[in-house]
Amino acid sequence: MLVANRLRKSYGPSAVLEDVSLELREGQCLALLGPNGAGKTTLLRILATLLRPTAGTVTVGGVDAVKNPEAARAMMGMIAHGSHVYEDLTAIENLRFWTVMRGGDASPARLVAALQQVELDAVAGERVRTFSAGMKRRLALARVALGNARLLLLDEPFTGLDRQAQKWLGEFLMSFKAGGGAAIVATHTFGGGLGVADRVAILAGGRLLVDRSCADLSWDDVRRLYDSLTEANGSAA
Amino acid sequence: MTQYARRAWIVLWKDLLTERRSKESLNALFFFSLLLLFLFQFALGPDRDQLRAALPGILWLGFILAGLLGLGRSFIAERQNDCWEGLVLTAGDKSAIYLGKLLGNVALMATVEVVLLVLFGFFFDVDLWPVLGPLVVVLALGTAGLAAVGTLFAAMTAQLRARELLFPVLLLPAQVPILLGAVSATQAVLLGQPLGEVAHWLKLLAGADVVYIVIGLLTFEFILEA
Repeated sequence: MLVANRLRKSYGPSAVLEDVSLELREGQCLALLGPNGAGKTTLLRILATLLRPTAGTVTVGGVDAVKNPEAARAMMGMIAHGSHVYEDLTAIENLRFWTVMRGGDASPARLVAALQQVELDAVAGERVRTFSAGMKRRLALARVALGNARLLLLDEPFTGLDRQAQKWLGEFLMSFKAGGGAAIVATHTFGGGLGVADRVAILAGGRLLVDRSCADLSWDDVRRLYDSLTEANGSAA
Repeated sequence: MTQYARRAWIVLWKDLLTERRSKESLNALFFFSLLLLFLFQFALGPDRDQLRAALPGILWLGFILAGLLGLGRSFIAERQNDCWEGLVLTAGDKSAIYLGKLLGNVALMATVEVVLLVLFGFFFDVDLWPVLGPLVVVLALGTAGLAAVGTLFAAMTAQLRARELLFPVLLLPAQVPILLGAVSATQAVLLGQPLGEVAHWLKLLAGADVVYIVIGLLTFEFILEA
């Protein structure tokens, strides 16, 4: 589904990403761990075609995402730091806007069902301006769920979510994987929801230090590995 | 409706709905127009001949200053919550977004122009009713050109820190052909001349409109992605 090969991103002399390669198959979820400033967001933005890499290639569903970003975007959904919501539109109007922009079916029943999934149906007609950060995050999840994407790129998706919404997101990712979708979940914490990952990768100082199957490691192992690698990388820097 | 038309329509719908609810641009533009009229009234005094000669220029100065304020805010909503990024990530022809934004800006400017015209008639005691038909043709052509180039430059400067400074600096020189045609044609129309007499100015306006709209449609994708 996704192949990134020897990605490099530099701004002037300083490299933000260096020689990053990863591969993700259908039905897989990769937890991308790393401390603040490790390059997770830069990597996700390159994979999402929002940034061009200085060197390296990205292929999404067999399409060269660097040369043909439009075709790659049709297969992707992304939740970044901003939730892509318009403050003066209501929740359902936001979903209608983004669904039409993606060329999807924006029938009211479908939009309401998506809001029910994230438990925002009771506030479907209220302006997003009145929503909390967590509610905006849930609305962004509903938008992604409506997008029929085959690859999801989620940057800190659990931030700002209450326990119920975290549970819903975990279940959503499990069913997404079961349907053949692939996802990358970038996070700097070991909070809830990482249990859906099949693989874990650790990024520090712009380099991918570890990329292993979760079957080989317990979460305690991951935590210890993460601490040792990020500390070692920090002292090396 | 084709997918392209649906996308342009939903952008227009979103912009009009957002403006109707927030009224941020309309309120500011209304009070700004009122202030302009007071200033012109004091500057020109009661001399009717002086007023008649200056009226087309004053009218378009009002439209363009109000337009600068309104057009400069076109992409404010896209800067919040990374909506700009969301638009980049939607697959498909990005010029549909430009078309929707352009139509929204034309609607906003047309609303301001109607208010300004009514207030002009009232403040300066000018009867615009007999020349309303030809005046609407000139205003429509001028407004389309102003909005076309204004929407494009608003997008170009939306992500810049010095956008408030750069937007008028870029926009005003590009508007020269439109202002030249619009002011000259408006002057002739207000003097009661038929539209046939100013056909050359109307052709210039229509030509500039087509050029600016085509440039906008062709280049918007690169501006959005930059």
